[in-house]
Amino acid sequence: MDVTFQFDWEAAFASIPFLLKGIPYTLLISFGGLAIGFLIGILFGLLRISPIAWLRIPAVAYIEIFRGTPVLVQVLFIFYGLPQLLGGPINALVAGIAAIAVNSGAYISEIVRGGVQSIDRGQREASLSLGLSRTQAFRYIIWPQAFRRMIPPLGNQGIISIKDTSLFSVIGVGELVRQGQVYIATTFNALEVYLMVALLYLAITLSLSFALRLLERKGLVGQ
Amino acid sequence: MTQDNSPSSAEPIVHMAKVNKSFGDLHVLKDIDLTIQPGEVVVVIGASGSGKSTLIRCINGLEEFQHGHIEVDGNELLPNGRSSRALQRIRTEVGMVFQQFNLFPHLSVLDNVSLAPMKVRGWSRTDAVETAERLLERVGIADQARKYPSQLSGGQQQRVALARALAMEPRLMLFDEPTSALDPEMIGEVLDAMRELAREGMTMVVVTHEMGFAREVADRVVYIHKGEIVEQAAPDVLFDSPQHERTQNFLSRVLKH
Repeated sequence: MDVTFQFDWEAAFASIPFLLKGIPYTLLISFGGLAIGFLIGILFGLLRISPIAWLRIPAVAYIEIFRGTPVLVQVLFIFYGLPQLLGGPINALVAGIAAIAVNSGAYISEIVRGGVQSIDRGQREASLSLGLSRTQAFRYIIWPQAFRRMIPPLGNQGIISIKDTSLFSVIGVGELVRQGQVYIATTFNALEVYLMVALLYLAITLSLSFALRLLERKGLVGQ
Repeated sequence: MTQDNSPSSAEPIVHMAKVNKSFGDLHVLKDIDLTIQPGEVVVVIGASGSGKSTLIRCINGLEEFQHGHIEVDGNELLPNGRSSRALQRIRTEVGMVFQQFNLFPHLSVLDNVSLAPMKVRGWSRTDAVETAERLLERVGIADQARKYPSQLSGGQQQRVALARALAMEPRLMLFDEPTSALDPEMIGEVLDAMRELAREGMTMVVVTHEMGFAREVADRVVYIHKGEIVEQAAPDVLFDSPQHERTQNFLSRVLKH
């Protein structure tokens, strides 16, 4: 075996400015999608625990469908499939954000449900016994405690969704992986460039982990 | 229909008539008739699983019942939870202290006590905080107001829970085994606070295993067995000369040690 291959640091660093152009797209798809996914998650997570069947059943269906199918298929469906229904093309960026939103929304629904259900029944009983309405009990007592418990799993979901956006190179959004592929097509430094791509993902996910750890530490006061 | 077990002719604050409740096949309350007059301290005793907690939880609607009639301070509770407006009024006027304290762990002691008066009664923060501080002073934990519940001992937490319920200025207080989760050395401080409250004339319904407290503070002791009220009488009568065999058996077991 001839192992004379030399890692070309110069080529690796040279690719960075081009790769960085993908970061805004990666971040926009990730955090845009997650923000919408969070709203979906709150809504469907709460519907999921409703005692009323016709509110609960659609929520269960939504969660099972979008949790049980690959995000790659979801984005292909949105980008290539939906235009046939709508009669017009969908912007690739919008398709990416939508895919992350509906996909993370399904997982976040389960996180919300778990968080709310983990709060001791006695908290609700104490709130109601003081004369608070069910809405007030939820808003002032249940939700603030549930949200704190949701922070670690939400962080996990955030990291998963950020990495999922790498699949969206297939619909041609100029995100991080796509930028890498375009660059490699002209320079052929696959090893160096993909290593840089990986490090840039790591930089994003580590920043998120760090921010969440700070938030968690702050949130733990009084628990 | 009305079974009167109290000599007073005043309007009762709690009136339960033929109340029945089941959890599935388990019949936990059977034809409960109970009337409580304003200012009365009623202690409910019985073995665990006898339905005594369920009984008082029906008074503020934390448990639904299937048959019968409950009236609390002029508000009628209907079977199967069909009375949300009356329920809201009742809960505003009836305070409750739980076995497990159920303080709000994400709020400071002061916020635990002042939240409900602001959100339910619409008091200003200044008024609510002033009342909260006065009540915390009264139960002997004014210096802990800025702390969080987890930083307090069990006895202190239960006294905060008492202050929290009193902040709503209730007409009736329910106590569901308030000392059962406490270490022995902390039971006294909670019972003292309750004794003080009884002395001030608060109407109280107390589920407890503290027979000494019952004998000393209660106006009436109710013995419940398998969901039925077996016997009720003034404490010296019930403890010293119980009429029913079941009551005698129960008392001989709990008073022996």
